[in-house]
Amino acid sequence: MRIECPNCGERDRREFTYQGDALALRRPAVDAGEQAWDDYLHNRDNPAGETKDLWFHEAGCGAWLVVERNTVTHTVQGAVLAEKVKR
Amino acid sequence: MRYSGLQVIKEGLFGQKGWKPVWRDPDPKPEYEAIIIGGGGHGLSTAYYLAKEHGLTNIAVLEKGYIGGGNVGRNTTIVRANYFLPGNSEFYSHSLKLWEGMEQDLNYNVMHSQRGLINLFHSDGQRDAFARRGNAMINQGDDAILLDRDGVREHLPYLDFDTSRFPIYGGLYHPRGGTARHDAVAWGYARGADQRGVDIIQNCEVTGIDIEGGVVKGVQTTRGAIKAKKVGIVVAGRSGQVAAMAGMRLPIESHVLQAFVTEGLKPIIDHVVSFGMGHFYISQSDKGGLVFGGDIDFYSSYASRGNLPMKEHVMEAAMTLMPMIGKARVLRSWGGIMDMTPDGSPIIDKTPTKGLFIDCGWCYGGFKAVPGSGFSFAHLMATGDYHAPAAKFRLDRFATGVGLMDEEGTGSQHNLH
Repeated sequence: MRIECPNCGERDRREFTYQGDALALRRPAVDAGEQAWDDYLHNRDNPAGETKDLWFHEAGCGAWLVVERNTVTHTVQGAVLAEKVKR
Repeated sequence: MRYSGLQVIKEGLFGQKGWKPVWRDPDPKPEYEAIIIGGGGHGLSTAYYLAKEHGLTNIAVLEKGYIGGGNVGRNTTIVRANYFLPGNSEFYSHSLKLWEGMEQDLNYNVMHSQRGLINLFHSDGQRDAFARRGNAMINQGDDAILLDRDGVREHLPYLDFDTSRFPIYGGLYHPRGGTARHDAVAWGYARGADQRGVDIIQNCEVTGIDIEGGVVKGVQTTRGAIKAKKVGIVVAGRSGQVAAMAGMRLPIESHVLQAFVTEGLKPIIDHVVSFGMGHFYISQSDKGGLVFGGDIDFYSSYASRGNLPMKEHVMEAAMTLMPMIGKARVLRSWGGIMDMTPDGSPIIDKTPTKGLFIDCGWCYGGFKAVPGSGFSFAHLMATGDYHAPAAKFRLDRFATGVGLMDEEGTGSQHNLH
């Protein structure tokens, strides 16, 4: 599995650390209620197929990326900088 | 047919012509008292105990593939009860006791071999932690022996004790731990359930769950609609998809865990050896293959196969621990889909839908739980009450934060287990 970093180009998966579903970027308001926070922290769509998740380019530029990926085939479609993703 | 030594001799004398398929291949009926979605180890044992312990025999197990084709045939076959935390400790203790009576109970040889499990430690701090874990195991009524370095050497002389990074200080020995033939466990439970009238229906994928007014009414499948008053979801890595049919999102991410086996070798590894610091564990199958594995690949996946970095990591750990393994040749590797929860512990619970139950979140430790999980889930489905050894496996513990069971002590968060 190789990931195309917008800053560094295509790199080995070993340079990156997986964080989890990109819903981590959509943090609820402090007073959003228990259900919203439970959904944010624990509950997952856990899709078999296309997914977007957060990866940290730890051994590269240090950027956080939103990677579009297929969980069934391991195909990586692309990656964008997390800071450029609309929340 | 009841299996016995006499039966083997008799069949041997008459050309082995008397053996019959061990379960029927029925078409689904329009209605059952209860349906189990998922014909893996946990689903089959649930059906078996529903029939045996609770007299519920008008039930069906629906399997989208074939019996033994999922995680029950893809694991590294380890059976143990060396858990520390209340909740896990009593559950796995109960499960191990069921393992010890399983072959007589099922009249089926699952090759359960209590060859002993040794968890290695590599520092004073780790020794303290393992001493504490051993005491917890003894308090639970199970067995644990703290071995020093020489004690480990007596059992495992072939390890490299003086690796510069992780010199071996000792190990926690769990003599009742061991392995079993994984396929046989599935087959044995399938046969036992079938003999009690349970319909095991293969190639039957559930495509929808029928719910009316908050009450479950049955399921839609690739072989037609089937009605039932009670439905149990026991689908491991696919829990997210099946739960979504009932409008639920679960605290589960599916990850891939890889395992490996070498060509068959003469007996060399007599125990199950766990090298936690290298995320590596190994045993030898009765056929001679060295069966070993490591940690999950650490990204969500349904691929049933992993990537090369984790393979490399596992091979490195193997070479660090037992350099002799470099002479063995890897025959094949594979992956299983693990239903990972945030705290690394499972879920056996009711759902917000009346009559719908769920058993999931076994992470990478589901095999040893096969009998215990089925026993406790059957109890919940039949009586509506939580079975004492599994009473702490609540679904709402993540929402409330009460009763989290983080056995590794790393935190209750998705990417940490």
